[in-house]
Amino acid sequence: MKKLKSIVLLLLLLVSVPGMLNAQQADSLSVAAAAPSEEEEVNVSELVFGHIGDAYEWHIATLGGKEWSIPLPVIVHSSTGWHVFSSSHLKEGEYEGLYIASQGTNEGKIVERNAAGEEVRPFDISITKNVLGLFINSAVLLLILMSCVRWYKKHPVEEGAPRGGVGMVEAMVLMIYEDVIKGCIGEDYKRYAPYLLTAFFFVLVNNLMGLIPIFPGGANVTGNIAVTLVLAVCTFILTNVYGSKEYWKEIFWPEVPVWLKVPIPMMPVIELFGIFTKPFALMIRLFANIMAGHAAILSLIAIIFITVKAGAVINGSMTAVAVLFGIFMDALEVLVAFIQAYVFTMLSAVFIGLSRVKGSEE
Amino acid sequence: MGLLTPDPGLLFWMIIVFGAVFFILAKYGFPVIIKMVDDRKAYIDNSLKSAREANERLANIKKESEQILAEAHDEQARILTQAAETADRIVKAAQERAFAEGERLMGEMKKQIETEKESAIRDIRRQVAVLSVGIAEKIMRNKLADTQEQQELIDRMLDEMLESAKK
Repeated sequence: MKKLKSIVLLLLLLVSVPGMLNAQQADSLSVAAAAPSEEEEVNVSELVFGHIGDAYEWHIATLGGKEWSIPLPVIVHSSTGWHVFSSSHLKEGEYEGLYIASQGTNEGKIVERNAAGEEVRPFDISITKNVLGLFINSAVLLLILMSCVRWYKKHPVEEGAPRGGVGMVEAMVLMIYEDVIKGCIGEDYKRYAPYLLTAFFFVLVNNLMGLIPIFPGGANVTGNIAVTLVLAVCTFILTNVYGSKEYWKEIFWPEVPVWLKVPIPMMPVIELFGIFTKPFALMIRLFANIMAGHAAILSLIAIIFITVKAGAVINGSMTAVAVLFGIFMDALEVLVAFIQAYVFTMLSAVFIGLSRVKGSEE
Repeated sequence: MGLLTPDPGLLFWMIIVFGAVFFILAKYGFPVIIKMVDDRKAYIDNSLKSAREANERLANIKKESEQILAEAHDEQARILTQAAETADRIVKAAQERAFAEGERLMGEMKKQIETEKESAIRDIRRQVAVLSVGIAEKIMRNKLADTQEQQELIDRMLDEMLESAKK
């Protein structure tokens, strides 16, 4: 219990406090530069969705009208073949026939014009902000877990349990392994343990890294539907590929009054639909929670810059309020980061467990 | 591109990255950790078991030593009583023998004393006889200086002898 407390405290200290300060700095820098000097309305939705969405460059700050950002490589296969170049070329406009669409369905994405003059999207596997975030977070995840593994290799069993960071990782692994995986799946749990553990730590690390507002973190990875889609599809595949006979029987011939399934297969349709809604819910839950958390924190910070025009007193008091709520939200997000990783893993385990049911009825 | 439409580029990278992470962790990561934890659990169980066995053995040893001690005590007591008995017996036997020896010695002593006494008595008698004869001779010499007196004595003696004969 004491360990858990210290873990939570550590996470809070690690992520929330510096995160909070940095969040303010980074975002305040970007808006502070824009707002007073150019006498413009602060465009909150642009600010928030600019962060939540993806980009071809990693924006860090805008200082005195000058943008500080890390250009990222663009990798595109268009009608004229492969193009690999730095995204900084796109700032000036068109480059090698490609440009970033400013409006329409493809707004913010690289497009080209086809023969008919329409904007079409080429095959685009650029290393965008989210992709780079994904790389960094995965590297962090691998670094943490493999250093633990290295510790285990160096220390024989007789030396006892690890302490510190390795002990924390072990405690988390065991928590998921013993309570969630073993508890929800039942027998055969060992086959699914690697996936579920990977999913848990992947989501957790990405969630937490997303809370760090400056460069190595801050990408809204798990708040992006493509990422959660892949995770949900993995769960979907594991659930259905290894589904037992009972599981499929429950779907196509459930234990309900016959009139519910014979002339019109009402229940089978509902059950079949349920196969897809379960992972869909997983996908949406994670995506929406993380995205909403990012949006909430950014909106709170944006209050500071919106109220600049209302005068020093209101601005000052609102700043205090925004900072307090921001700290609260950041702390809450740390909790949410863990809870969502846990919930995703637990529900995946439950779905897999349900698909492994054995015929026990008479 | 709205928030709800997955971006194909990110989807592509996500599949690759997540696949790679999953592969690495599933192969080299979690199995090692879980195996280590299981090993440790087994090790702890074993240690507990052997500790319990050692404890039991220790308790057994204690019991055994106590038993041995008790046996030794018994033996000691037995030996002591035996020794006391033996000593008693020896003393008694010695006493008996000493008593018998004393008796015998006493008997012998008595016998010797008896013979000594008899011989002493015989000696005394002889001496007394000799002495009385001497004395009688001397008295006679004194008394019988006068013939009258001699006659008188002979008469008296004859009378006495006659009287004792009459009787």
